[in-house]
Amino acid sequence: MKSIAELEEIRKKALEKISIRSNSDGYRVVVGMATCGIAAGARPVMTSFVEELQKRNITNTAVTMTGCIGVCRLEPVVEITDPKGEKTTYVKMTAEKAVRIVAEHIVNGRVCIDYTIGYEDKK
Amino acid sequence: MRDLSLHLMDIIQNSIVAGGTKIDITILAYTKSNELKIIIADNGKGMDEEFLERVTDPFTTTRNTRKVGLGISLLKASAERCEGYLKINSQKGIGTTLETMFKIGNIDRPPLGDIAETIVNILAVNENLNLTLTLSYDDEPFRFDTSEVKSLLGEVAINEYEVLKWIKDYINEGLKVTFGGVLYEIDS
Repeated sequence: MKSIAELEEIRKKALEKISIRSNSDGYRVVVGMATCGIAAGARPVMTSFVEELQKRNITNTAVTMTGCIGVCRLEPVVEITDPKGEKTTYVKMTAEKAVRIVAEHIVNGRVCIDYTIGYEDKK
Repeated sequence: MRDLSLHLMDIIQNSIVAGGTKIDITILAYTKSNELKIIIADNGKGMDEEFLERVTDPFTTTRNTRKVGLGISLLKASAERCEGYLKINSQKGIGTTLETMFKIGNIDRPPLGDIAETIVNILAVNENLNLTLTLSYDDEPFRFDTSEVKSLLGEVAINEYEVLKWIKDYINEGLKVTFGGVLYEIDS
């Protein structure tokens, strides 16, 4: 059985980690989580971002949710803002695409052109 | 929506958009009456009577980008497909309570889905939210309360990955203990 007392141990470990964290500004990941996004599969996409960032120990990237972005036909939609404020909109997202975006865009700074809204619309 | 946990996520989003800071979720199963009830109560800004009357209409929404709002109407349709119902009580300035019922044995009833993932995802991005989850099937209820977790964590944020992972396992265990063997999709 899980017990709430286990949180004490988690707390101690988390405190150790916080002290070695850098505070530099990083990327911002915004996942569209309205009815349209959820129905299209936004929840596993968000889980995938959170897990992948954790796996790679990236602590300065914030994952947040927003409502409907307005292009429901292309959901799940994810917007990524880089530290300079440049925004990239990725469409028709999946958990697998999220893994690649973390590796290429957030870690290496290369936009995954083939997942972007501009590329999708030219098809 | 494929399962009830996705509907739940959608409805919680409504509560958050309405400015709710405390959300109480209750999931109850009754074997005698073959009913599965989900109740979501928030302390958001509430709705006036006129809006409440049309809120289950798919052409009612508060956003101004478009004229449709499907969240509540989809859940209502899903419940009514299973001989169930959806009811909303709301008071302006006080909050809103949504209650929905599904017949457990109905062939059209969507499975519960990953309730723990819904809760964890909500908490990951709304760390200041006070959320409680109560699961009950006839006997002792299972309870999860973020304020209890927060008081133990002290200065550590609830959306730390390790904490979220613990919450997920904790809720999954609660679901298994409470609904195992009651809802066919959950192993006992």
